[in-house]
Amino acid sequence: MKIKKLLTQLPFLMMSAGLAGLASTAVAADIKLGAAEALTGPAAKYGSAIKNGLTLAVEQINAKGGVNGNKLVLTVEDEQGKKEEAINAFKKLIFQDKVLVLFGPTLSNSAFAADPIANASKVVVFGTSNTADGISAIGPHVFRNSVMEADVLPVTTHAAVKHFGIKKVAVMYGNDDAFTKSGYDVFKATLAAQNIAVTSTETYAKGDVDFKAQLTKIKAGNPDAIVCSCLAEEAANIILQTRSLGMKQPFIGGNGFNSPKLFEIAKDAADNTVMGSPWSAENAAPANSAFMAAYKTKYNADPDQFAAQAYDAVYIVAEALKGIKLSGNLGQDRQALRMALPGVKFTGATGKFVFRRAPSTNGKEAGFDADQEAIVNIAKGGKFILLK
Amino acid sequence: MLEQQLINALSLGSVYALFALGFTLVFGVLGVINLSHGAIFMLGSYAALLLVEQLALPLWLAMLTAMLAAGCLGLLIDFLVLRPLRKRNAPHLAPMIATIGVAIMLTNLAQGLFGAANQRFPVGTIPEDSFTVKDMHVTEVQIGIVLISFGLMVMLLAVMRRTQLGRALRAIAESPKAAYLLGVNVEGLFFLTSFTAAALGGAAGVLVGLSFNAISPFMGQPMLHKGIAVIILGGMGDIRGALIGGLFLGFAEVMTIAYISSDLRDAVAFGLLFLILLVRPSGMFGKVLERKA
Repeated sequence: MKIKKLLTQLPFLMMSAGLAGLASTAVAADIKLGAAEALTGPAAKYGSAIKNGLTLAVEQINAKGGVNGNKLVLTVEDEQGKKEEAINAFKKLIFQDKVLVLFGPTLSNSAFAADPIANASKVVVFGTSNTADGISAIGPHVFRNSVMEADVLPVTTHAAVKHFGIKKVAVMYGNDDAFTKSGYDVFKATLAAQNIAVTSTETYAKGDVDFKAQLTKIKAGNPDAIVCSCLAEEAANIILQTRSLGMKQPFIGGNGFNSPKLFEIAKDAADNTVMGSPWSAENAAPANSAFMAAYKTKYNADPDQFAAQAYDAVYIVAEALKGIKLSGNLGQDRQALRMALPGVKFTGATGKFVFRRAPSTNGKEAGFDADQEAIVNIAKGGKFILLK
Repeated sequence: MLEQQLINALSLGSVYALFALGFTLVFGVLGVINLSHGAIFMLGSYAALLLVEQLALPLWLAMLTAMLAAGCLGLLIDFLVLRPLRKRNAPHLAPMIATIGVAIMLTNLAQGLFGAANQRFPVGTIPEDSFTVKDMHVTEVQIGIVLISFGLMVMLLAVMRRTQLGRALRAIAESPKAAYLLGVNVEGLFFLTSFTAAALGGAAGVLVGLSFNAISPFMGQPMLHKGIAVIILGGMGDIRGALIGGLFLGFAEVMTIAYISSDLRDAVAFGLLFLILLVRPSGMFGKVLERKA
């Protein structure tokens, strides 16, 4: 009797053993990466460049056999540049797709809303384009390789002041976006520290298309340059309208200016704009040249800083993963990655990279920022070149 | 600086006024607050963009055609949505709610068809010339907006005051049932009004699209909000009110930015609106509603 019972259960036993075998091989074969980026909406130019950078890196790594033999699988969700969608995208990637690590979101504004979710779920969220102040302070699972405005803007401003002999500036910024506001705060402190007078400070809201009133007011103050903490879409419109009012001042910009979209819209009107970035198209180092060539081949377009940082970010994560043995337990693996990331030293398209721990606030552990030098660029003839 | 700001205010105000013209026309004659006017405005802009991009039409022709297209869209909305509600004697607010649905649908449609990113007219389409008098810069497009807005308003007023058609429309505005009894072709004139109002909205869309060169499926929303404020300020249903109200809002916004603070732009503009309404609740030119025993 007992043997008969055992025999009837045998197929079940064999099946489950087989399935277990299958299951364990499936977990070992794929490393799930998630990304929530703005693929549509006003921030789409940044988001699609980021997606391209991420995808290129994943493909290259997989072509070389993956990480420790495991292939990377990238799932990209569209967060449309909106806070609510970023939160939804994060939740889906973390709880439904069960990713190991999360890239994004595109805008700092969305990061303030969505990163706390990743942090609370103990999943590393890796920002490649968030430069506002305070994002890494969200928690120890927040990492970014995008250099903060606080690190870049003083360098940019100093170089611009020297280059143009600037004594006074007008300032313009968007007062309803975390990134532009953070940039403004840094600019304000920088200008004060460098003893540059501010003739007037004007604001606008995201989505505004008419800036003539603010610009006319700025014109009356006769500044030597206009400092703009803006996203690319508004920045381009502002530049165009400035020129149409007959103003010739150069612009000094933050990370938002770092996109070819600026030139698509503003074209030559944007000449003499100064901005800082850890990546430069003119950097002839082998890692960067290889990246640029591969990007051009795959996408038939030149990469920008957003693509470069996203590309490097994947490689940084891959470096960290090399030293980990994945157990198949999602919580454990996520923690292992979290512990391995800070120690990564990597040289990529954006040059030498290490993480820097952000100072803790109110006794709360903070995450990690990028520790990289900013290069100052100036716009000439529709692209950014090094400012010497 | 003041002169330049006045020019800025005039062109911004004319844009608001043009948008509000169509809006107020529908309210005046049909008694409906057409909240899809913003979506029609947006689609007018896209229509002009497509005509210029795909068919390489000259700008003036593209604008006229876009107006026609917008007008037909307005007609379609009236026939499919507003007319059935009229036939069933729907409660007062039902058409307004229905047009909210139409607006959402059209916006989503545009997003699906054209994508959510801002689109621009091809390089060279928009007249780039500007005139410089002393220290003031006026662009051709700004002049165009002011002239076209005022021109259309004058035409509308002339039709309303001096023609049989206008008289019929005014009769309907007062009481559709009485007008019907007097032999006025009420349904036909409702269609004509919807068509005309939508065409005006489309014209506004094209002009705004040219002016700021940023066409997106969401460009109608902020305009609609301002448009509602304008027609309430000017008196709902009154054409002069739409124009004066639009100019007033434009001036209030620009002057706030220029002399107070750009941060407080909307707060001051709408605060003033509120104050005016406190003094004259039915708007500047609105008819004071009396209760008839």
